[in-house]
Amino acid sequence: MSRQRLSFWWFVGTLVAALLLMLVPLPHVLEPFKPYWPALVLLYWALESGDQRVTLGLAFVFGVCADLLSGVLLGEQALRLCVLAFIALRFRSRLRFFPMWQQTLAVLALLLNDRFLLLIVRAFAGESTPPALWWASPFVSAALWPFLFLLLDDLRMRLRLQ
Amino acid sequence: MPLSREESSPLFAGTAAGTLRLIFYLAMAMVLMVLDHRNGWLWRLRYATAIVVEPVYRLASLPADGMHALGVAFADRRLLTEQNQRLREDLLLANAKLNRMAAVAEQNARLKELLDTQRSLELHVQLARVIGVDMGAYRHRMMINLGASDGIKAGQPVIDAHGVVGQVIDVLPTSATVMLVTDPDHALPVVVQRTGLRTVAYGSRNGDQLTLPNIPMAADVHVGDKLLTSGLGGRFPQGFPVGEIGSVGPAATGMFLEAHALPSADLDRSDEVLVLHDLAEPAGPPPPASPAGPPSDEAPAPASTAAAPRVPTSAASTSPAKSPTPAQTQGAPQP
Repeated sequence: MSRQRLSFWWFVGTLVAALLLMLVPLPHVLEPFKPYWPALVLLYWALESGDQRVTLGLAFVFGVCADLLSGVLLGEQALRLCVLAFIALRFRSRLRFFPMWQQTLAVLALLLNDRFLLLIVRAFAGESTPPALWWASPFVSAALWPFLFLLLDDLRMRLRLQ
Repeated sequence: MPLSREESSPLFAGTAAGTLRLIFYLAMAMVLMVLDHRNGWLWRLRYATAIVVEPVYRLASLPADGMHALGVAFADRRLLTEQNQRLREDLLLANAKLNRMAAVAEQNARLKELLDTQRSLELHVQLARVIGVDMGAYRHRMMINLGASDGIKAGQPVIDAHGVVGQVIDVLPTSATVMLVTDPDHALPVVVQRTGLRTVAYGSRNGDQLTLPNIPMAADVHVGDKLLTSGLGGRFPQGFPVGEIGSVGPAATGMFLEAHALPSADLDRSDEVLVLHDLAEPAGPPPPASPAGPPSDEAPAPASTAAAPRVPTSAASTSPAKSPTPAQTQGAPQP
């Protein structure tokens, strides 16, 4: 019982940590290279525990929280994370058994798709198109993915959580 | 990686229910976005949830503060000495300038008195600390630690020691968001200091620059010209440094000159900024003439305070609304 509760709090804790990491400022030069942490953590849980935990509703609520915190258009990240979670859940069985490099490429494709969505939303909201360096973030996120996945998996194993 | 306990998602399947749910959530997100874009809901909601949101901001700014503290703790002694020396020289220079300015300010005040206007060179400012929170790359926003409880209102100009930083756009109870002058949505009426040419400086979408896209072809604008706020538009007071022109060339349309300017404020390095309480002279038509009657100096409230949003400087030191915090400094002449 308590282990189940612990694993639930571990799940919630990683999501909250992702939101905090999203808000932590980087030095000015590194700013465009900042990975999209909420997407990465949500993707990890979508692949790891599937729709027992990560549902579209959770992705939506998580996205609205991220919107509230980062002060962007309300619903923007909710939309993006919903799409991300949907695709990840739909192809979960295949994504899980990919070798790591293929999984990384899949994550890169997902995040690039996410950036396209963001671009469309911004275009509708009447914001200007971002510079070329803006596209660097998905590549950095994908490069970090294997490490993040292994780290979270290892921690989960050590803590014997589900 | 353990094998899946029970395979809930079949290998190649997609259920219609899942797709429907996706469509439902996407529609909800879109409705939210449209409502927010139309009504600016988000800020009312954020204001309501500020009890939760603001501690999170403080938490998220801890690493940046920690880095700053570490930088101070491990700073080289030589570096500190150098910095101290430089600051001393700056202070000396600033004091010398101040002394000269004081005489000028006095003279100016006397002349202004003669002209019967209420403008002065004094500043009413509040010192604000910048909260280190990332508001998204390329959004050109900044959080400061003053909010509605400190008397901050949307639209107040924000400056630092070197020039105009931006303006307050959204206010939470104890923090506020500042839109920087480099934001693509920001426009600032400026005047070229050397020639007096009036134009508008926009933020630019690539990098931390200002763009002046519509300067007349025949205008005399050179690299190195200083830009000051012109005070038009009634938001920024007149005469604050904005930037320095870095390049001038014909615009893509061929009908105007386009200049790029570097902002003079330290936009990405400043830790502390000043929020101005002086608003610019109100723009627009003059206030309606007072109805005929006894002379205005016998009226209970003078009409001039209603016309100008700025309280006269002599009254400001006694008025409770104008001295919200001890951090407020008065009497610094305009550079």
